[in-house]
Amino acid sequence: MALLRRFLRHPGAVVGAAVLLLVLAVAILAPVLFPGSPWDMAGPPFAPPGEDGMLLGSDSLGRNVAAGIAYGARVSLLVGAVSTAVAILIGVALGALAGYLGGVVDDAVMRFTEFFQTIPSFVLAILLVAIFTPSITSIVAAIAIVSWPPVARVVRAEFLSLRGREFVQAAEVLGKRPMAIVLTDILPNALSPIIVLASLNTASAILLESSLSFLGLGDPNLMSWGFLIGSGRSVIRIAWWMSVFPGIAIFITVLALNLVGEGLSDAMNPRLRKRGAK
Amino acid sequence: MSLLSVENLTIGLPPGGDRPHAIEEVSLTVSPGEILCVVGESGSGKSMTANAAMGLLPPGLPVKGGRILFEGQDLLAKSPEEMRRLRGSRLAMIFQEPMTALNPLMRVGDQIAEALRVHGAGGDAARRVPELLAAVNLPDPTHLARSYPFRLSGGQRQRVMIAMALALEPALLIADEPTTALDVTTQMQILRLIREVQERRGTGVMFITHDFGVVAEIADRVAVMQRGRIVESGPASEVLNAPKHEYTRALIAAVPRGTPASREPVAPGAPILALKGVRKTYHRGGGWFGKGQSFQAVHDADLVLHRGETLGVVGESGSGKSTLARAVVRLVRPEEGEILFHGTDLRPLSREAWKPFRRQIQMVFQDPYASLNPRRSVGDAIAEGPITHGTPREAALERARELLRLVQLDPGAMDRYPHEFSGGQRQRIGLARALAMEPELLIADEPVSALDVSVQAQVLALLADIRKRLGLTMLFITHDLRVAAEICDRVAVMQKGAIVEQGPTAQVFNAPSHPYTRALLDSIPGRGWTPPGEALPPPDPLHRGASGLPGPRDLIV
Repeated sequence: MALLRRFLRHPGAVVGAAVLLLVLAVAILAPVLFPGSPWDMAGPPFAPPGEDGMLLGSDSLGRNVAAGIAYGARVSLLVGAVSTAVAILIGVALGALAGYLGGVVDDAVMRFTEFFQTIPSFVLAILLVAIFTPSITSIVAAIAIVSWPPVARVVRAEFLSLRGREFVQAAEVLGKRPMAIVLTDILPNALSPIIVLASLNTASAILLESSLSFLGLGDPNLMSWGFLIGSGRSVIRIAWWMSVFPGIAIFITVLALNLVGEGLSDAMNPRLRKRGAK
Repeated sequence: MSLLSVENLTIGLPPGGDRPHAIEEVSLTVSPGEILCVVGESGSGKSMTANAAMGLLPPGLPVKGGRILFEGQDLLAKSPEEMRRLRGSRLAMIFQEPMTALNPLMRVGDQIAEALRVHGAGGDAARRVPELLAAVNLPDPTHLARSYPFRLSGGQRQRVMIAMALALEPALLIADEPTTALDVTTQMQILRLIREVQERRGTGVMFITHDFGVVAEIADRVAVMQRGRIVESGPASEVLNAPKHEYTRALIAAVPRGTPASREPVAPGAPILALKGVRKTYHRGGGWFGKGQSFQAVHDADLVLHRGETLGVVGESGSGKSTLARAVVRLVRPEEGEILFHGTDLRPLSREAWKPFRRQIQMVFQDPYASLNPRRSVGDAIAEGPITHGTPREAALERARELLRLVQLDPGAMDRYPHEFSGGQRQRIGLARALAMEPELLIADEPVSALDVSVQAQVLALLADIRKRLGLTMLFITHDLRVAAEICDRVAVMQKGAIVEQGPTAQVFNAPSHPYTRALLDSIPGRGWTPPGEALPPPDPLHRGASGLPGPRDLIV
């Protein structure tokens, strides 16, 4: 509750959260707002925004751009959320292992992590999707695989510093099991950077998915923002709306996620907490 | 004429604080060649007064009235630029934490030269820097000037800070708890140094401290602060030996005497814990190429602890006393020796095999702010040990409630979180957590060194009381000999990883056989001063006296 109050004190974060809710609502209500498949023709091709009953115009095959954006929101949010969840899971598990056990395990895990970090993440993602044929599953997997290393590093650093704290030593002296110490003593205290990282990671996952779709590596059965921009790029001089509106959708969603992430990070920072408390 | 005179200074606090003013109607003076000690507990406003004089008040704290006159000029009326010119050249300050007060990336000599240069005296820095370092009794000044701060010990860094503060021969030196973070022997050296430098140059010194032992050592005059007000001031001899205000008396009474109380020798019960030849070596650096350094934290440690007795392990930082304590609870694994608990060697045991002993050996930690998990309620923190060992949750929580009463906290504290408590209260919670396991042996690692003197007295009284009631055996680690004298039946003195002397407290204090023990005893601040407390009835540590010093019962909200 107190956390929520501090979060709400951050105007940017509140705007971000509101925008995010709006995008979520559009994604959920897409079939209600735009009945029928977004791939179907809805009017004449190259209709500018506002004409023929299409708010954001139509594309080269007469498909409704607004419907595409609404359905695309589902794909973008789904990819962002699922791949982040997987990345956090892998990152926390490996980071906790390395940070808590230290020594040889730490060395092994961190060298493994660096192995992933040395390859540019976008190139690796393209490679993985190309090998495993583009589908929503392979895209989510590829994004998760390229985005866990920073999580692992942050979690490891937190665990390293928390492991030496006296309250962890006290838990040790009480005879608690290592698993119980990790789950009840260390992890809850390392949670705030993880949550902040998750919100920022979702934003970059959405960008990654759009980039992959733009290059034609999206799931061919699903409408996505990156695909919309990619298909509109060749006709951008005669039908600017085909690329611009999906671009704006990506821009405001990513911005909203970043604002929320920043707000969370401030709200969870105990130093700032003191300043605003009560 | 006085050098510094603070007249009726009042500084506000932001609304919503525990009191409307940080300091209120404070008046004090410092004359040239005089040391004024400002004494008080944390939060009494003593540092605020010093910062106001330096023009270092944090933004948001308005000066509501009064003047600060330095050599006849009002400092509060000066522009930031004029204050900057004065700071360093006419007014200088030394801070509490020497470890972080120096720039780690700059050579010591360059930092002092910089202080000279800022005030336009950089020309003869090359000559002056070694002179200054020599003046604060640092060995080999030319070589030391080229060293980086990480090569220096805490005491040496504090000397460098003093050299820097004195570089421009300021008329007034403000020292804010300059020895609190240092070991006793180093503290004594720094106190002597400040005294010596001050006498040689006729500097006026405003010395802030919470320790009446230090006051007795150094002060010409004393001002006692309580909750932002000066409650008593006067010549040191008067305030120390005939304190008028209740609060001063309470503070003086809380100072541990440093003379061991006469106590009946503990009947030599069965030995509970025996350490034989324990050795722990730390390795640092090294890797695939080149060898690292190794450092013997503890070696050849032999101790015996009998049932019902309290053994103090005293020594300076780095003497290995904490490592020894941690070895007993397996937080540190020594590579050699025997740790016999009721005859069972604990050292080679596995984590699982150790578990039954966790019930019998418990520990209280030093830092009340770090030893409790900030995300667990107090009740859970106390109950989790027994729950881990198979006690049903309900029973464990019920027991936790009783324990809170035992350590004189309100059982209503169960559902609250550690950050809602003061340092002394947290230390009680840590004690309750250890007692929840119903241990036979309690290891206390500097349990009171992070607390104010008055709170320290309360916690020590509580510890002594509980020990007697529950028949605990205790291993008490401390760097403060005065505290050891207060609570220990026997003491072991550690130096550089070895136990150099061991014996009944009175014997070690009155007839020390090892030169290091003698050096430690000579460094106890205020050795030459017998507090007038003997003549006064000792204050009841558990209840608020007329002094307004809150007792633990009053701290329960």
